[in-house]
Amino acid sequence: MTKTALLEIRNLSRNFDGVLAVDDISFDVNTGEFVSIIGPNGAGKTTLFNLITGTDQPTQGQIQFEGKALVGLQPDQFAGRGLARTFQNGRVFGNLSVLDNVLIGAHSRRRDSRPRNLIGELLTALIQSPAAQAEEQQLRREAEAIIALFGERLTPRLNNPASSLSYANRRRLEIARALALQPRLLLLDEPTAGMNLTETAEMLDFILRLKQNGLTILLIEHKLTLVMELSDRVIVMDNGQKIAEGTPAVVRSDPRVIEAYLGRKQHQRDLTSEASQTPL
Amino acid sequence: MDHFLHLLFDQTVNGLVIGNIYALIAVGLAIIFGVGNLINFAHGSVYMIGAYVGWVCATRLHTPLYVSFVVVIVVCGLLGILIERFGLRGLQNSARIAPLLATIGISFMLDQLTQIIFSPDPQSFPNPLPQAPIVLGGTSIRPIDILIAVIGIGSAVILFLVLRYTKLGWALRATAQDRDAAQQMGVDVNAVNRTAFALASILAGIAGMLVGMYFQTVYPTMSFQAGLKGFSANLLGGLGNIPGAIIGGLVLGLIESYGVAAFGSSYRNLFAFVILIAVLIFRPNGLFNRKRQLPPEPLTGTFIANNRLIRLPRWVIIAAIVIAILFPLVVNNPYLLQVLTNAWLLGLVALSITLVTGTAGQTALGQAGFLAIGAYTSALLTLRLHWPFELALITAALVTGVLGTLLVLPVFRLRAYYLAIATIGIGEIVSQVILNWDSLTNGALGLTNIPPPSILGYQIVLPQHVYWYSLALLLTVVLLQWRLVRSSLGRVWRALREDEVAAQAYGINLYRYKALAFAISAFIAGLSGAFTAHMYTYINHETFTSSTSILALTMAILGGMGNILGAIVGSLALTILPEIFRGLVDYRYLFYGLVLVLLVRYRPQGLLGTE
Repeated sequence: MTKTALLEIRNLSRNFDGVLAVDDISFDVNTGEFVSIIGPNGAGKTTLFNLITGTDQPTQGQIQFEGKALVGLQPDQFAGRGLARTFQNGRVFGNLSVLDNVLIGAHSRRRDSRPRNLIGELLTALIQSPAAQAEEQQLRREAEAIIALFGERLTPRLNNPASSLSYANRRRLEIARALALQPRLLLLDEPTAGMNLTETAEMLDFILRLKQNGLTILLIEHKLTLVMELSDRVIVMDNGQKIAEGTPAVVRSDPRVIEAYLGRKQHQRDLTSEASQTPL
Repeated sequence: MDHFLHLLFDQTVNGLVIGNIYALIAVGLAIIFGVGNLINFAHGSVYMIGAYVGWVCATRLHTPLYVSFVVVIVVCGLLGILIERFGLRGLQNSARIAPLLATIGISFMLDQLTQIIFSPDPQSFPNPLPQAPIVLGGTSIRPIDILIAVIGIGSAVILFLVLRYTKLGWALRATAQDRDAAQQMGVDVNAVNRTAFALASILAGIAGMLVGMYFQTVYPTMSFQAGLKGFSANLLGGLGNIPGAIIGGLVLGLIESYGVAAFGSSYRNLFAFVILIAVLIFRPNGLFNRKRQLPPEPLTGTFIANNRLIRLPRWVIIAAIVIAILFPLVVNNPYLLQVLTNAWLLGLVALSITLVTGTAGQTALGQAGFLAIGAYTSALLTLRLHWPFELALITAALVTGVLGTLLVLPVFRLRAYYLAIATIGIGEIVSQVILNWDSLTNGALGLTNIPPPSILGYQIVLPQHVYWYSLALLLTVVLLQWRLVRSSLGRVWRALREDEVAAQAYGINLYRYKALAFAISAFIAGLSGAFTAHMYTYINHETFTSSTSILALTMAILGGMGNILGAIVGSLALTILPEIFRGLVDYRYLFYGLVLVLLVRYRPQGLLGTE
């Protein structure tokens, strides 16, 4: 076993004023793999995502991505390493057009239109060198192509402000923005939250296509149907800790997992409604 | 040594007395911040009006002291209710900066009204208390000192009892903790807000009257400094923290008193602003609160409304430019040309604000500081080093760009109204440094005989030539800014305005792009300031005040935030309208304040829409 994982997480913890939101978590994600993180509300899944993508800093532990440490980098350096994420609550840039939102996703890939030094960047913006213009046009074409992946959902709204989009379309836009980064690891935080059955099914197909194209994906999701269908491996979190890990089939029958879900009254109903769609 | 101890004692008494005043102001701000989550900029004006009401009672009505206090309490209490009605209610769902802007507008109106009614000149306020100091073993205390101390401590105790033991206090505290939950539980939140504003305004009014008696003078401009110092005191103790506000007020009073004793009275105002900035940088939650966690939700820091942009056809814009250029050939009225020249120069300031606040989302209220840096740099380069005007102008703008960015750099991580306050503080610090750096700036006397603008050695003095010169500067900046805003750089700025966390996750270095936005903004403001200095040929530390910053912000909001054309439309409208209605010229700040209040309430997207 000389193969190193794409993402290696070792003993990661995040302490919020005495509350361990993430408690000594370790796991790997290999290139091309599809890993899901599930767990009851408040289990620490989103905090874990924040730690991996630099939105938050861990209290302890290490994160290695492609063999290089991520902990200690500035939050804006994570994108340059090839990590892209969507946000649980939806954080599109409301007053930017759909196209502009996706183009921001490609920000870290800019070379000619984003010189390293500040004065250079200012002058490039003012003068618009042919190279910078060409790059802008190229990224624009790519962005339109990404938006077209969602069929007729976003393309007709290319120049509309993101704030005018429906909830489901905002989630699609978030994924489009993340894809524009050409990520080597894509982190999706509840991409189907608030979507109806048709929209969820459509999203499942879309994510499946991304997986088939070889993209490495880390997913947080409550809809277990989706998780079971997509995942190569599932990690179960509860109270900040990893309580189980394995293939969907293994995790499904793990007594600790069942306890984590059914042992709490408030989640019993969630799971039953889940189960009514597809039996676990 | 004995002398030193006496001095120390006197300064301590002075500091505690003034500290008591600051504490009264700060406690009011804390109450309002607590229930309304609002920094009330009109608070200093209420304090000033309290002083004037006391003055009217003492010098016109000749009421006994206790009656005067009752009148102050009634008038300021009612004023507080009015401010709540127009500054807060109806803005609950607006951008978080909206109520702050509304209260700035209200303070403009109150200050100007006072000036109109009582003249801008200071009025002498006779102190009815016995003047003879009470001598206590070699040291002495005046009766007014004791009165202020008694009222200060008395108010604190009464307030504590009200908050702790009455139903009203219970409702106030409930609203402060969770507005929506309080409402659900049957608390009339509007009534609570009204009461909080009334209570806070009464405290401010009393403070104003006491200060009037203490210094035996009242003047309309006492409001701004007092409001900002009350805010500094409140911040020192932690925003919204009432005991903290009292301690903050006393500490600020002591620091100021010792500082004046050590450095001289011209430094008086510097201490509060340095403390303000230092607390914002190092302990934004005050001395007694713990550090705050990452805000969970996007917190838009500026004033951008979702709206449809109104695009003017290209030919309209070109026609407008042509008319502007040809105007002096047709109309040869020097006064009108001067007014329009002012509009172009203020238009530059509005452009500088619309870039940093509109496009990049960083609320900047300290442009006056940038104007002053540009003005002094260019004036000094031509006066002392005899540089040619053009070179001095560009150098001044560059210096302002660099210096301005360095000044704002420490407060970059602040957002929304914290940044707004910090930039005001930085603007004030610039003005105070200019005042006190005698050897360079000639201190309070200012710089005179600044050479007028020139081109290649030819002096530009004719009104139409100055007009064209300033218009050329404006059009150049418009062109450059237009290119910037439409480039990928402009897109990055707008992204960081919309959501800093998401922008960062996509590789946008916040500091880098904020620095760039502030640098360009300061550059443009510096250019305007420098040109203005040469046009006036005289400047001092008060040529550019916070009112200039607020006026330029109002112009930017009027036109539509981030909207380049809007900034110029806003500037033209606010410069020319008071002139058209001749009667308005004297009341222009009343008009500006009203425009700001109405805009924030009814048309936050401005005339042309935010971009």
